[in-house]
Amino acid sequence: GKRPMIPRQPMPEQDPRRRRYNFEEVPRGYSEETAMLEAGRCLRCKKAGCVKGCPVNINIPAFVALIAEGHFAEAADKLKEQNALPAVCGRVCPQESQCEAGCILGKKGDPVAIGRLERFAADYARTHGHEPLACAAEPSGKRVAVVGAGPAGITVAGDLARWGHHVVVFEALHLAGGVLMYGIPQFRLPKEIVQYEISNLKKHGVEIRTDMAIGMTQTVDQLLENEFDAVFIGTGAGLPMFLNIPGENAIGVFSANEFLTRINLMKAYDFPRYATAPIRPKRAITVGGGNVAMDSARTALRLGAESLIVYRRGMEEMPARVEEVHHAQEEGVEFHLLTAPKRIVTDGRNRVTGMECLRMELGEPGPRGRRRPVPVEGSEFIIPADTVIVAVGNRPNPLVPRTSSGMEVSSRGTVIANENTMMTSKPGVFAGGDIVSGAATVISAMGQGKQAARAMHKYMTGEEPPCV
Amino acid sequence: GFELLEKRELVPNMHLLRIRAPQIAAHAKPGQFVILMAGETSERTPFTLADWNADQGDITLIIEEVGRSSRELISLPVGARLAHVSGPLGQPFDIQKKGTVVLGGGCYGIGGILPLARALKQAGNRVISVIEASSSYLLFWEEELRAVSDETRIATKDGSRGTRGGVQEVFEQLYRHEGPVDMFIAMGCTFMMRMTTELTRSWKVPTFVALNPIMVDGTGMCGACRVSIHEETKFACIDGPFFDAHGVDWDELDCRRSAYAREEVEALPQAADLNALMFPEAAHQGCGCGR
Ligand SMILES: Cc1cc2nc3c(=O)[nH]c(=O)nc-3n(C[C@H](O)[C@H](O)[C@H](O)COP(=O)(O)OP(=O)(O)OC[C@H]3O[C@@H](n4cnc5c(N)ncnc54)[C@H](O)[C@@H]3O)c2cc1C
Ligand SMILES: Cc1cc2nc3c(=O)[nH]c(=O)nc-3n(C[C@H](O)[C@H](O)[C@H](O)COP(=O)(O)OP(=O)(O)OC[C@H]3O[C@@H](n4cnc5c(N)ncnc54)[C@H](O)[C@@H]3O)c2cc1C
Ligand code: SF4
Ligand code: SF4
Ligand code: FES
Ligand SMILES: [Mg+2]
Repeated sequence: GKRPMIPRQPMPEQDPRRRRYNFEEVPRGYSEETAMLEAGRCLRCKKAGCVKGCPVNINIPAFVALIAEGHFAEAADKLKEQNALPAVCGRVCPQESQCEAGCILGKKGDPVAIGRLERFAADYARTHGHEPLACAAEPSGKRVAVVGAGPAGITVAGDLARWGHHVVVFEALHLAGGVLMYGIPQFRLPKEIVQYEISNLKKHGVEIRTDMAIGMTQTVDQLLENEFDAVFIGTGAGLPMFLNIPGENAIGVFSANEFLTRINLMKAYDFPRYATAPIRPKRAITVGGGNVAMDSARTALRLGAESLIVYRRGMEEMPARVEEVHHAQEEGVEFHLLTAPKRIVTDGRNRVTGMECLRMELGEPGPRGRRRPVPVEGSEFIIPADTVIVAVGNRPNPLVPRTSSGMEVSSRGTVIANENTMMTSKPGVFAGGDIVSGAATVISAMGQGKQAARAMHKYMTGEEPPCV
Repeated sequence: GFELLEKRELVPNMHLLRIRAPQIAAHAKPGQFVILMAGETSERTPFTLADWNADQGDITLIIEEVGRSSRELISLPVGARLAHVSGPLGQPFDIQKKGTVVLGGGCYGIGGILPLARALKQAGNRVISVIEASSSYLLFWEEELRAVSDETRIATKDGSRGTRGGVQEVFEQLYRHEGPVDMFIAMGCTFMMRMTTELTRSWKVPTFVALNPIMVDGTGMCGACRVSIHEETKFACIDGPFFDAHGVDWDELDCRRSAYAREEVEALPQAADLNALMFPEAAHQGCGCGR
């Protein structure tokens, strides 16, 4: 049949000139009318390429159709079958390289705005107090420990609680949520949404014990011996990497984790009401080209700084989401590409005054297909700045693997788990998320959590889960 | 909840807090620390475990009142609940039989060395505890330390008791005239730890210090606590707090510890009405001085 050509509906956004001075969310979300219009573009394909692109295989044609018909709460239920945190994924998934990349409409024009619709349905359910139907599972009498309250741990806890198990989540920090709380900034993912999901977990009987670093208090071995039938490890990749260049311990050089934690988790932007000292950059260089770098640079901007990004490769090679790069550019972040840090320049009091850099050229493609940057000899120059934020990646947190007996770890420090069951080399201990895959994405962490939850249910009861 | 069970000002500005924290008491080892938040708007601030009782499920801290966060903590009334106490954190001190071990404590370190002294003595060492203060009236826990040490020495800056000077003067006396000493350990202000390090450097006696850089999470996630040890970057919260004193870059540590000097002043109650923040229901009681 013939359909009228409706263009992809734009997302209303806060004006860049205004938003660069506040921490409010940038995209405002679709209205009901716009959502239905956008959902109406979907062709409801039989062999939907979009579903293949989604790491957790959300039934996209189905939930989009429900939105098109105005059944918003039902659309949210559909999403929840595969994805414990649709309000989060709708906001932070790299859709352009996942679900939307597989959408047939993208072949000729613009793909369906799947992420925006996902966000719309989830926000609708939350703001209308709609709760998905609970699973009528009998209490199993089994107890599960979940270590780490990031997206992986949240997923496992939610599923296993619905299936009748008693779940206790152990979180090292004082608030649950993992990177969603301490890393991703308020203007991209409001913390209220994360805490709403945490409070839902509690409502379903999940016990959350914060301020508990497993390995320092009880070890995983002790959890298994004393109290629990199975353990899930979702401790993430929270160990920041530095550049290993001279001057890196000067005052004014921060890991992106520290910079973002002070501002997001500790709410230093509201200092001195919140007691944690803020960082107050005047001119901030962020080193790196991923989402973490974009978040840091845009946060620096909002703290009143001139904000620059220094990245070794070119725009094409940037691993950050397209939308984030675009937002950063709109807001006025300056990009210095093909530029590599060589040394931090300091004054007599060990405070940062700038960063010496080298220009780079792109050479032959490396083993992973990305062209390797090579330094141009004699091209040193200094970029003045009072703050340098290092956002060049995170490694797995070693605390749990180091303190658990018989847990196999790769040379990269990731925990080795069976790719179907997510069981580690330690019987009864499962793992998923960044601690297994290395720094990856929210949705992949949740996908592994889903897999692990099913396998854990089977491991404890010998049966398939009673519901999805 | 982390109930405040007991609070005493031992000497001016030095407070003992006993807090209910069964999980921490059950797993604590000598040399470890905790991170406290008095309220939900507080900073995360590290304090050394000065004592604990696994049976009773409580921990004891010695808190020096220096700025906003320590003041928030010591302003809590007995019976109140701290928002967060997380721990134990840090690597415990590696307790082994070495022979004669000399422990130096200043400021909060007087309390911090108590569990070390106790454990080292139990491991069969001859333990000499040395404590310092500006003046005799600022000394505390002398009896507690005597009970777990073979010997306890005193130093005061004004000479009002014991040796005139600090921990380093007593260390020198012990090493030169009463040796041999097999290990020195120092905990307290950076200045004292640095002086003892310079002193023992030429003696070639293993010396350990409990470093106190600024921390945020205490789990290895932020890197705020990085210190240079033998020119290698370490995270004091997960690799420390104890390090080979002779490898420490003290200038760097001094600098990094003062990174927020401005904000620390701004954070004080004259800038924010602390009582109103912490006890909204009692905002109009008391003089508002923050204590
Ligand atoms: C700044 C930033 C921006 C990002 N942006 C995006 C984005 O836009 N889109 C996207 O898809 N992904 C993004 N990511 C990546 C994504 O956030 C992670 O891949 C995801 O959070 C991993 O989830 P996880 O559950 O494995 O671990 P985490 O979210 O890291 O959570 C692990 C939790 O375990 C806790 N923990 C650690 N050790 C212990 C212990 N011993 N005991 C108890 N608890 C412990 C930690 O405190 C933490 O709360 C971003 C990451 C960062 C840092
Ligand atoms: C491992 C460790 C163990 C410690 N043990 C004790 C103890 O047992 N008793 C005790 O009184 N103090 C201890 N300290 C020091 C204590 O953490 C600081 O005195 C306290 O954080 C000061 O906070 P404030 O807001 O009251 O003071 P502020 O006015 O904010 O700061 C005063 C000074 O304290 C230091 N400081 C500030 N914030 C931090 C922070 N987040 N982490 C570390 N240092 C900071 C800085 O050098 C600063 O100049 C310890 C520190 C570390 C790292
Ligand atoms: S979870 Fe992510 S990848 Fe999957 S449909 Fe939603 S936005 Fe797309
Ligand atoms: S591929 Fe595109 S058009 Fe087809 S079902 Fe998926 S979203 Fe709809
Ligand atoms: S305090 Fe954050 S890594 Fe040590
Ligand atoms: Mg402070």
